[in-house]
Amino acid sequence: MNDFIPAPIAQLPWRTILLLLVLASFGFVVLYSAAGGSLTPWAGLHMIRFMVFLAMAIVLSRFKERFWKTVAFPVYIVVVIMLLGVELIGAVGGGSQRWLNLGFIRIQPSELMKPAIILAVARFYDLLPPGQIRTWGAVWPLLILVAFPSALILLQPDLGTTITVVTGALTVAFLAGLPMRLFVGGAAAVAVLAPIAFFFGLEDYQQRRVTTFLNPENDPLGAGYHISQSKIAIGSGGIFGKGFLNGTQSHLDYLPEGHTDFVFATMAEEWGLMGGVAVLFCFFLLFRWGLGVAMKAKTRFSQLAAAGLTTTIFFYVAINLMMVMGLAPVVGIPLPFLSHGGSSMMTIMICVGILMSIDRHPGRRGGAFA
Amino acid sequence: MSTLGGGKTISSAVQALTFSRRATIIGGLQAGIGILLAGRMAYISVAENERYQLLSESNRVNLTLVPPRRGWLIDRNGKPVANNKTDFRVDIIPDRMRDKEKTISTLAELLALDQETIIRITEELQQASSFQPVQVATGLDWERFAAVSVRLPDLPGVSPRQGFSRFYPTGAAVGHLAGYVGIASAEDYEENPDPILVTPGYKIGKDGLEKTFEDRLQGKPGAKRVEVTARGKIVRELDSRPDTPGKALQLTLDIDLQEYAARRLGPESGAVVVMDCKTGDILTMTSMPSFDPNSFSDGIGQTEYGMLRDDDHVPLRDKALKGLFPPGSTIKPMVSLALLRGGIDPEETVRCGGGMRVGNRFFNCHSNHGSVDMMKANAQSCDTYFYKMALRVGYDSIALMARELGLGATYELPVASQSYGTVPDTQWIIKRHEREWADFDTVNSAIGQGYFLTNPLQLCVMAARMASGRKLEPHLLYDKDRRAAPPLDISPEHLSFVRNAMSEVVNGAGTARRARLPLDNIKLGGKTGTAQVVSLKYGRGGRDVPWKFRDHGLFVCFAPVDNPRYAAAVVIQHGGGSGAAYPVARDVITFLYDREKAMERLEPLEEAWGGDIKTRMDRHLAEYRANLELEKAIAEGRQPPPAAEEGNAANDSAQLGQ
Repeated sequence: MNDFIPAPIAQLPWRTILLLLVLASFGFVVLYSAAGGSLTPWAGLHMIRFMVFLAMAIVLSRFKERFWKTVAFPVYIVVVIMLLGVELIGAVGGGSQRWLNLGFIRIQPSELMKPAIILAVARFYDLLPPGQIRTWGAVWPLLILVAFPSALILLQPDLGTTITVVTGALTVAFLAGLPMRLFVGGAAAVAVLAPIAFFFGLEDYQQRRVTTFLNPENDPLGAGYHISQSKIAIGSGGIFGKGFLNGTQSHLDYLPEGHTDFVFATMAEEWGLMGGVAVLFCFFLLFRWGLGVAMKAKTRFSQLAAAGLTTTIFFYVAINLMMVMGLAPVVGIPLPFLSHGGSSMMTIMICVGILMSIDRHPGRRGGAFA
Repeated sequence: MSTLGGGKTISSAVQALTFSRRATIIGGLQAGIGILLAGRMAYISVAENERYQLLSESNRVNLTLVPPRRGWLIDRNGKPVANNKTDFRVDIIPDRMRDKEKTISTLAELLALDQETIIRITEELQQASSFQPVQVATGLDWERFAAVSVRLPDLPGVSPRQGFSRFYPTGAAVGHLAGYVGIASAEDYEENPDPILVTPGYKIGKDGLEKTFEDRLQGKPGAKRVEVTARGKIVRELDSRPDTPGKALQLTLDIDLQEYAARRLGPESGAVVVMDCKTGDILTMTSMPSFDPNSFSDGIGQTEYGMLRDDDHVPLRDKALKGLFPPGSTIKPMVSLALLRGGIDPEETVRCGGGMRVGNRFFNCHSNHGSVDMMKANAQSCDTYFYKMALRVGYDSIALMARELGLGATYELPVASQSYGTVPDTQWIIKRHEREWADFDTVNSAIGQGYFLTNPLQLCVMAARMASGRKLEPHLLYDKDRRAAPPLDISPEHLSFVRNAMSEVVNGAGTARRARLPLDNIKLGGKTGTAQVVSLKYGRGGRDVPWKFRDHGLFVCFAPVDNPRYAAAVVIQHGGGSGAAYPVARDVITFLYDREKAMERLEPLEEAWGGDIKTRMDRHLAEYRANLELEKAIAEGRQPPPAAEEGNAANDSAQLGQ
């Protein structure tokens, strides 16, 4: 590295930081336009939050693998307790909520559960002797680890987050080497049970979202409105977009949630396919980096955690974009680095921070069972 | 511990291998999803770009059509018969509404709508196609209009507008003639799906001249393109094109005369037609009672329509064109012309002993006139004279004369429909009744009874032709096409004789001496007529029998006698005799020469009738509504029925003085 720059700064993962900065800045630009060309109420706050959480991520990156291993289960337990707390406060206070007000900060525990479940499951398979990976002993603890948080989150009710948590845990289990037939069989079971769950498990409004997703034109002014307007925003942008500050769908309020869940549509209207491809490319680089960290990691925990955290961020992006483009029902998942919202940005930056930590400390080959 | 299959021992090395293999799978899946998303986005934004651009534009831009101002209807002096007044109005576009009941109740509160209006709106909302605007209220004052305008964001589907609405300054006086305008029907829209038809405030001609001249009066709509938010708030106006008002239509009417005639008819059911003897211009063509075209154009309430429909004076029918009455003695001057042409010496006398026997029936004369020549027969309206003379010249020559003078015909007028009436003759009776013409038919028809039927306009044309000696055609449009009419094929001496005879009716020893004009130097010539409604054996159809059995009162006239300028016909349905008709004719003709004098006559009369037309119609409506309420209350057992119902119709016309 260059001699002019002090070593601690030169050692920072500048390429990753730059990538995140590009994404967040683009989010800043889009939110600036979404507010009708104003820093308030979204764009300025967005950038401040990003800087704060980036600093937090850099701090997290200084921790070594041992720290993450140590805190994996305690953090998981704390977050489960916080989820319980949300339920209890909701039950007492009347009316469900997702927030936990700690006085100085409002925390959404279901968001924290996303990295926490990854660490816990990774830690569990790290502790599991390799010989037992194809036994029931490798399965039931996983089920318990997943069951508590997902049941509590589903109660809120927050289907989107539940799915992310469950899928994140399963991805780690998949990477840990659970027999392939379990996943194939599981997928078959889901295919059978999904319709049953749809009719008996889902709330009315959730059912409507699914049916509307399948046929948004049926209900253009009701639940299908989001999807229709989002597609109109993206489609009318064309290849090069309508230009900065020229979006009509967002500025005239046709696009609902244009600064949060549907921020991608707001962007695509003004920046067109080019903007969309640029965003996708940035995310591609991010995930390539994340999976690269996992592949380079030397210890089992690092591998599983890095891959799992990358997948968690991927779920955000994939589900959000599929929803915005009418490929998935409206579930309420924001787009990382672009959507306005503190809780989800914190989650993602925690994931990024741990990834950077693993990147920095790949560990030594050989672990408990080497 | 049970295993999940695969007996092989698994080491860390194997696990690491499994991890990298599966991580590759995950990475591959993610890349696949990424490509899918990029492809999907490219499809939406490139392949479907045009469609979505269109949708985005139709979101953003709201094209509002501006209904054009209708062309005015003006009278011969340029006074408005129908014009436009600025109007603040509120409509509902049904398919943009969210919460129907809440919207209506909010509007009802803001606009202080009455129960009937709310019921009408609710019903129309149920019937209306989703795109058809339903009118809530028109003619609002600025405060109420503003109250709705500011609450628009909470009232989706409600459309307040400043526009123009049709206004008929003389109200009911021109109802039948002008017609009215209204919202285009679903059929109109199907036929011609022009969005202007469903634009709130846009009206099309529904009846009368408004309908006939729709194309000319309509004009071209303006348009306004505005950018709107999803909540309907207008951000800015993009561009606008002003409307092109429809062309004005000038009528031959004298609107003041029209209004005077309508008022002078008072509570009677009847018609007044006045023509210009020089040109054939129709100066007035009034049928009363009538409807207020302003009410119709604003969307008439059910009660008001019910009142008009149930009224036995049939305000919905234009009696001037479509009311058919036996002409009675008013055709006697015409018959005289036929007699003169048939070689009858006007000096020849006939003995009237109160009637004449024809075959086995005795035909009455209304009096015992003694020795009667043609002059006296007209002046005193002696039936016996005409019985005898008609039999002598033969009936068909009379029918011929009737047709020459315009009876039994319709005219080239821009009206929806006219009645032909009947001029019976020997051919007609074979076709229509499959029997031979008999002497008693001649006798009946010669005094305008029997099968003879005419409408008031035809009677006026007859009078105008006799007065002018020309084959005048009636005109309604004040344009250059009014050619000078050719002279009639009737000897001027005969015409002169008949005109003198008609002068004698009024100014000599005639039946209408009280029709004399209160003017110096101007004399009126006329002929009275009393058309029987029921056979005489039920008694005379005078004022002492129920309204619907009373005789029709008729009067045809012209003035001045020495140089005829105006001709008029007045018919009072069930007026009880000609005495109900000629005072009206006298005052209407007076109005043409001296408005003040005519108004002096009208004012005390109107006071006795209980106010002008509008006041009386409003009171009538209130009574009708109260009566409906009472009937409903009785039907629901909330109130005992009254002891006995008085004949309302009898009371109504009993006040007619003179």
